[in-house]
Amino acid sequence: MRHTLDTRVSPYAYVAPFFLLFGAFGLFPLFYTAWVSLHEWTLLDEEQTFIGLKNYETLLADGYFWNATFNTLSIGVLSTVPQLVLSIWLAHLLNRRLRFQTLFRISLLLPNVTSVVAVVVIFSQLFGRDFGLINWMLSLVGVGQIDWAAGTATSHIALSVMIMWRWTGYNALIFLAAMQAVPRELYEAATLDGASGATQLRRITIPMIRPTIIFVVIVSTIGAMQVIAEPMLFGTSSGGGGGLVSGGPDRQFQTLALYVYEQAFTVFDFGYASAASWVMFLIVVLVAGVNFLLSRRVKGGLL
Amino acid sequence: MRLRYLTLTAVAFFSAFPLYYSVVVASRHNSALAEVPPPLLPGGNFFANVARVFDTVPFGLALLNSVIVAGSISLAVMFFSTLAGFAFAKLRFRGKNVMLVITVATMMVPAQLGIIPLYMLMIKLEWTGTNYALIVPALVNAFGVFFMTQYLSRALPNELLEAGRVDGCTTWGLFWHVVLPAARPAAAVLGMLTFMSAWNDYFWPLVVLTPDNPTVQVALSTLASGYVNDYVLGLAGTAIGTLPLVLVFALFGKQIIGGIMQGAVKG
Repeated sequence: MRHTLDTRVSPYAYVAPFFLLFGAFGLFPLFYTAWVSLHEWTLLDEEQTFIGLKNYETLLADGYFWNATFNTLSIGVLSTVPQLVLSIWLAHLLNRRLRFQTLFRISLLLPNVTSVVAVVVIFSQLFGRDFGLINWMLSLVGVGQIDWAAGTATSHIALSVMIMWRWTGYNALIFLAAMQAVPRELYEAATLDGASGATQLRRITIPMIRPTIIFVVIVSTIGAMQVIAEPMLFGTSSGGGGGLVSGGPDRQFQTLALYVYEQAFTVFDFGYASAASWVMFLIVVLVAGVNFLLSRRVKGGLL
Repeated sequence: MRLRYLTLTAVAFFSAFPLYYSVVVASRHNSALAEVPPPLLPGGNFFANVARVFDTVPFGLALLNSVIVAGSISLAVMFFSTLAGFAFAKLRFRGKNVMLVITVATMMVPAQLGIIPLYMLMIKLEWTGTNYALIVPALVNAFGVFFMTQYLSRALPNELLEAGRVDGCTTWGLFWHVVLPAARPAAAVLGMLTFMSAWNDYFWPLVVLTPDNPTVQVALSTLASGYVNDYVLGLAGTAIGTLPLVLVFALFGKQIIGGIMQGAVKG
């Protein structure tokens, strides 16, 4: 009797910690956000007034919100698309008997174990207007000083480079893991038929690892739509002014997540910030859904 | 083939160079940055700059906090993930498959969107400004559970468990005497991965902590957001606050990469 009770109950007890924790600190906050968003709700006020969808109305008429949406999409495209192409290609290069294989893999993953704070501090120096290494190198080929943080396009490029630097190697290893599961015979047969490396990549590898491509596209999309630490720290450590939350003095690189943070933790308007969070969530789902449909259509010839 | 090595070497160079260059800047004086061409070799100012870091922010406290937070999170994640992984991989119970799918699906939930109620919850619990706010929500996560489930279903033979049952072990006894020893290699990798991501976590600590009781990453961001742009100071902080971890990674990299790639195949 004691025995059956043990085998029946213990499995639930063993998985319970995860579900309890996720429920309390993951799921509950997500839904409570929706509830808060329907209220006039600030940190300081004792009372919260129900105001229906009024926060959403204000939000959709807010130019700063749309500006942040544009910046998020722009940085998302600039950082994700080249990153995916590059990481598939790198994985393809590594998917071969190579000397120094481990050394290459470790160096590819170094950026990913560097903290985001360190990444932005380092790259803010590299992208510095006056003494940055990148401007110095550009000056060697005759390009004048670029004030990277000041412009919309240039700041988006700088931020995308930081994001790419941190994630390309990581994604390459994920793709490599998938490529190693592709049966060798396929390549051997293709080689006998005289197919080049590039053709093999297009006709065999990419179709075979499509589930992984879809997975990485979705995860990268969700990540890209939530970018916050990079613009936050770039705003302060590039010295362009504007402080921690505005994403540059003209909000030229304020992302959606940063806009939410500004409303929640500097204005302390929790109701309005929650409405922005919830709309952001819908945008994440929408963009991830579109990318899911797009990446499902990736066939051999497309890349 | 030669082109392949050349390309990979170039990529390896671009991956490592920014880290190297941060050490170069961290070991110089601010005035050296204005030189043309810029300095490309380390200078002799590193320890003076590190001393300035400790004068500017409570960096000793930050290191202590980060060790406590990342250490307790890693231990808890290793333990609870192995426990849940054991149940998912080796025990039979109703609703198991659905629960496993839900676990994996939670990895897709953009957690950042719940940050406001989470913050309000921390105020209610009076945990803001303390390490509890960082540790408790992170005690176990879906990735860890999935990772250990994968490993145990592959690496732990059923015969071992049956032998334990015959010897009269309870389920808990099996976990303690059979599963934990067998899980050690994977749990170690999971522990290292968790430690690194907890150590590097920035956004949530920034929200709930205050600059006078920071973690390393929060202290670094304080350094980097001074009124005067002091790159040398910021990078000296970076060098002592995050590069040790990068070096540890370089040493154990082979195992950690193996872990990441194994987790990825089924992902």
